[in-house]
Amino acid sequence: MSDTPETRRIVIEPVTRVEGHGKVTILLDDEAKVKQARLHIVEFRGFERFIQGRPFWELPVLVQRLCGICPVSHHLAAAKAVDGIVGVDTLTPTALKMRLLMHHGQFLQSHALHFFHLSSPDLLFGFDADVNERNVIGVAAKYPELAKQGILLRKYGQEIIKATAGKKIHGTGAIPGGVNKNLSLEERDQLLSDIDQIMEWASGAVTLAKDYTLEHLDDLSGFGSFESNHLSIVRSDGAYEIYDGGLRAQDAEGNIIFDHVENEKYDEYLAEEVRSWTYMKFPFIKEIGPEEGWYRVGPLARVNNCDFFDTPEAEKECKEFKGLTDGKPNNITMAYHWARMIELLHSAEKIQELLDDSDLQGEDLVVTGERRDEAVGVIEAPRGTLFHHYRVNEDDQVTMANLIVSTTSNNEPMNRAVQKVAEDYLSGVPEITEGLLNHVEVAIRAYDPCLSCATHAMGQMPLIVELMDRQGRIVDRKIKG
Amino acid sequence: MRQVSQQVLLLCYGNPGRLDDGLGAALAEALEESALPGVTVEADYQLTVEDATSIAEHPVVIFVDAALRGSEPFFCRPVEPKPSISFSSHSVEPENLLALAQKMFGAHSKAYALGIRGYQFDDFGESLSPKAEENLAAAIQFLVPVLRRSNAGEIAAALDALNVQGDDNGV
Repeated sequence: MSDTPETRRIVIEPVTRVEGHGKVTILLDDEAKVKQARLHIVEFRGFERFIQGRPFWELPVLVQRLCGICPVSHHLAAAKAVDGIVGVDTLTPTALKMRLLMHHGQFLQSHALHFFHLSSPDLLFGFDADVNERNVIGVAAKYPELAKQGILLRKYGQEIIKATAGKKIHGTGAIPGGVNKNLSLEERDQLLSDIDQIMEWASGAVTLAKDYTLEHLDDLSGFGSFESNHLSIVRSDGAYEIYDGGLRAQDAEGNIIFDHVENEKYDEYLAEEVRSWTYMKFPFIKEIGPEEGWYRVGPLARVNNCDFFDTPEAEKECKEFKGLTDGKPNNITMAYHWARMIELLHSAEKIQELLDDSDLQGEDLVVTGERRDEAVGVIEAPRGTLFHHYRVNEDDQVTMANLIVSTTSNNEPMNRAVQKVAEDYLSGVPEITEGLLNHVEVAIRAYDPCLSCATHAMGQMPLIVELMDRQGRIVDRKIKG
Repeated sequence: MRQVSQQVLLLCYGNPGRLDDGLGAALAEALEESALPGVTVEADYQLTVEDATSIAEHPVVIFVDAALRGSEPFFCRPVEPKPSISFSSHSVEPENLLALAQKMFGAHSKAYALGIRGYQFDDFGESLSPKAEENLAAAIQFLVPVLRRSNAGEIAAALDALNVQGDDNGV
């Protein structure tokens, strides 16, 4: 980086270890103070149009093409919506539990990857550690057991997905009104043989995330943090839920905004705003409005929103998590990691519980109902609440599709985090180093964004980081494909 | 654990919903139908860290991806581990994955990148462009006889002999 009297030039490493790509712009004034920092998503939308005209029964497979990171989440959200189209509100026990097993497998592998391989380098080495060490190979060299656990936790989750959904690319486990297979005894025994080890590692991961958060609480409390509303689904009794529940939103103080809202009524409570500088929309709670009605989704929101976990180990950890803020919502951005690991532990417990359930070997896989023209499927994806809304015509073709993906809901919070970290760490410093810039990336990474499907992007999406002078002139930029 | 007889791992990746980005998956589909003995075929949207465990179980690994540019109809080049890693996404590059497999799981695999040239990536669609179809056919025609060789050493030698360099910008 070099400075001149008029402009500042900087070489900026792009945001790394974030799925998909986007653009961060940091606007400085004459005194090198940060005036504005934004996370832009620059690609255009198109997937919803791509879906139109396709037969509805293709949707659970087709939507997996949205994203190579969370195909299972889209698969299940579309399957829930398609259940509605075929008039099915209640699955058979075998079908429901197969889907739940698939879903928890997805949570386990996604959260393990994010924590161990995308975020742990920042936490273990420090936000501004040498970039040559602050990566997964660095973790493998210095903490080999931890790196190995991360890989094997993820592999286990993938094995569950394979056993429930079939192939990785053409997963077809969930079909209209049910599933196309049960879990064989051989598959069950294979998965059960490793579950104790998985539980132990998941428990260790919570401890690691918790200890890190508590040990660094003074620094983390304000890091990219701000008060917000929180949105997720919860079970009818208020329990933590990721597959089938009503929508709950609460404000930063824990006051309920709405509760147990039926999935089909989501658009009566939520709306999306478009802003000129980005293609990613900004969802908000209608009754509050776009200025104050934005909300967080994902692990932090889910753990904040639920009244309890229905598995003992996760519930124990949840109580400790909630105790930190005396039961009120936790608004610390970096607490996403701790919440994410509590969820990972819960998924491990649920997997164990499900594998011990003989319903998974049942033969009653599909039910039918009376055909409908419109349906909504809402689930919690690893990154947050995921909405799939479809209308179909009498020829079974999709005529309308609306998807709100998790990262879109976290758009405003991520932008707030970027702005706050830029102000706190980059303003007025004589030299903006890679380590300082990584602070911005750390704040974005906490949300585990998946920019690829957030924008329904096409082709390669480079990430661009731009530094601008006070006139808005780009004084330097770096692109990475 | 895989059986010792599995000599070659084909890791095919890309998104079949993005036109020619589906070349890797298309090759996987074709070779699965061939059911070549000693060959493990895996297809996914992208490479991920747990692939390191599969790599460590095979003496020869071939990464198969669509190529944005470079030699037509395809290129094949050796892959060397790169321990210095920089993730740009959840996905991993072959060089990084090989390094991870060596570091974590003691892999001694010989690895190659097979890049099949594609042309259309910037739209949604589930078909390959005509030219990409031709390139896919050429890659299969090349690969199948190589994979029929009797052992990993011979297979690696055949791949080394080809060593058609190309730009490895997969998609």
